[in-house]
Amino acid sequence: MSNSGNPTVEVRIPTILRPYTGGAKVVSAQGSTLRDVISDLDGSHTGLAERLLDGGALRRFINLYVNDEDVRFIGGLDLTLKDGDSITILPAVAGGC
Amino acid sequence: MVLQISAKHVSEIWDEAEAAHPDEACGVIAGAIGSDTPTRHIPMVNAAHSPTFYEFESGDLLRLYREFDDRDEEPVVIYHSHTSTEAHPSRTDIAYASEPGAHYVLISTREEIASRSEFRSFRIIDGVVTEEEVVIT
Repeated sequence: MSNSGNPTVEVRIPTILRPYTGGAKVVSAQGSTLRDVISDLDGSHTGLAERLLDGGALRRFINLYVNDEDVRFIGGLDLTLKDGDSITILPAVAGGC
Repeated sequence: MVLQISAKHVSEIWDEAEAAHPDEACGVIAGAIGSDTPTRHIPMVNAAHSPTFYEFESGDLLRLYREFDDRDEEPVVIYHSHTSTEAHPSRTDIAYASEPGAHYVLISTREEIASRSEFRSFRIIDGVVTEEEVVIT
């Protein structure tokens, strides 16, 4: 199946996940939803999806932003994307005693 | 491995942690990429407002990392306080640690110890914690 009808987006990769992208800080991917984009990313950067998702849900300690909005507040993984959207992946900075 | 940090930054972190107590305080000290030198202190709001947890608010986190990109900086020090336990990474701290290049500084404001007596630094890489020397300059 061709991806040609799907939006192309850019994805900013945090330092800790750059081993999956050969060191690249920004990669491009295709998909009509965030979930599709993660699946597409995993096709070219095997293992990346596992670092972002747990049982199909976004991991607690991963923050995903689409055009600077935290996706937890704007529709989650099923958010519909458009051409040129910018996705940023950032691990939470968190902890506790 | 050693963390070199200015007395000014150490004192600022203590001030912040004492003000936040009994909640945990948190923040970063940024430095030029590759320099391993913490120069710009950025106290962060603990979005959890909790004595047992800290988390940078997600919008703050994004703005912080955008600033790093714009300024060619990275988080050289990521610090937080423990308010009733020792200044050592907890299992939660280890699970969340995602900056293998950072010095993870922990301080304790628990009441059983002398004030400002526990300021420690660790590397946390792939779940492995290694304490390092702290040199205050």
